[in-house]
Amino acid sequence: MPSTTNELANVAPMIVARAIRKRFGLVEVLKGVSLEIAKGDVVAVIGPSGSGKSTFLRCLNHLETVDAGEVLIAGETLVSSDAAGVCRYAPDAELRRICRRMGMVFQHFNLFPHLTVLQNIIEAPLTVKGMARDTVVPKAEELLRKVGLFDKCDSYPARLSGGQKQRVAIARALAMEPDIMLFDEPTSALDPELTGEVLRSMRQLADEHMTMLVVTHEMAFAREVSSSVVFMDAGEIVEARAPAEMFSSPAHPRTQAFLEHML
Amino acid sequence: MDYLIEILGPLLQGTAVTLQVFLLTLLLSVPLGLGLALVRVSRFHLASAMVNGYIWLMRGTPLMLQMLFIYFALPFVPVIGVRLPDFPAAIVAFVLNYAAYYAEIFRAGIQSIERGQYEAARVLGLSYGQTMRRIVLPQVVKRILPPMSNETITLVKDTSLIYVLAMNDLLRAARGIVQRDFTTMPFVVAAAFYLLMTLVLTWGFHYLEKRHAVYDE
Repeated sequence: MPSTTNELANVAPMIVARAIRKRFGLVEVLKGVSLEIAKGDVVAVIGPSGSGKSTFLRCLNHLETVDAGEVLIAGETLVSSDAAGVCRYAPDAELRRICRRMGMVFQHFNLFPHLTVLQNIIEAPLTVKGMARDTVVPKAEELLRKVGLFDKCDSYPARLSGGQKQRVAIARALAMEPDIMLFDEPTSALDPELTGEVLRSMRQLADEHMTMLVVTHEMAFAREVSSSVVFMDAGEIVEARAPAEMFSSPAHPRTQAFLEHML
Repeated sequence: MDYLIEILGPLLQGTAVTLQVFLLTLLLSVPLGLGLALVRVSRFHLASAMVNGYIWLMRGTPLMLQMLFIYFALPFVPVIGVRLPDFPAAIVAFVLNYAAYYAEIFRAGIQSIERGQYEAARVLGLSYGQTMRRIVLPQVVKRILPPMSNETITLVKDTSLIYVLAMNDLLRAARGIVQRDFTTMPFVVAAAFYLLMTLVLTWGFHYLEKRHAVYDE
């Protein structure tokens, strides 16, 4: 009986993180964080700055290496720890293949300034996937229409507003057809009046059942769009609940204090 | 006027030598410098340290000494010892020396690119090589044009050092006439020639800067 990875992906959670530990010098930033995310889930990670939210996100796609713990993406092992606590990452090629299933949107956009909007989007499909320009360009244009920026095709990023940049960044990540989208404080660098357009694009993505993990300070987005909310503080997950419960009756005093401060 | 035309011949011959040394050095030392810089910023620590040592050596001793060494002393060095004629000896010294300076300019440019650019490229699946080629280096070129222009103009004038190998570059040709005719006119003409060469370079670099200005950062 051939058991394909595809079959596995249908039953296994999209993301499994077990007991992730990470330390920067003397500071332990993640003190054993565990989380499971099912296909189509939209998980909002909230918490005070310095609580380890972003680091946790970055451990999932290998932008940071973990000190201990396990990460499985769609049933495939990215990193595992043995009984002695020694971490082993998947071999390089496999690591890259697994990580490619995750798109990422950064707080500071990180668009390529020397490339136009369209070139930003087609770069990875062309060079990484080796796809033909004829197929990549129409798809990129379609993505740009979806985020409402088709008219900016030939503009350079410097000519765009923050909100427009972030929507291009979302389109760029989607062009690689990821199964999971990671958002690292996608609206934190934006003027308040520009967050709406980015959140709209993210909401649209959620409506299409994209699996999303969103580190955010946007409580409205967490409440209205996410299927569950995770509260992190001091390197650990304090509680994870459905948004309605989390915002109406947080169980933990630390969550209560944080939400009181935020809302 | 007649005198000017008379000395123009030897001065133009000197200019030809100067230009040959300049162009050959530029053509060879820029790619070599880029290669050195890439090794220098790579994760191969031993190779990186060796490049570091090389740059220290090349920047830490006079170019003239390096030229004299390659011409006079290299033939007696065991194993790698070769006797080079004056022109190749000068080129080797210039290329080795200027590659070190260009390498540091490239390194400064590469290290000025934000970490976010590498991270964005990485999460999109680009390999390190692809990231360098497609994302980092194109942005580096724009940022290093001003210091490259600086260094390249210095190279034009440094070519006059080849007189120590008794080669007739522009300055040596001029000096020869000055000593023969007891007039400083050849110096004035030589200065005009150097200025003309650097003017062309300045324009060239301005053009490149303009072309790269299509995007802001």
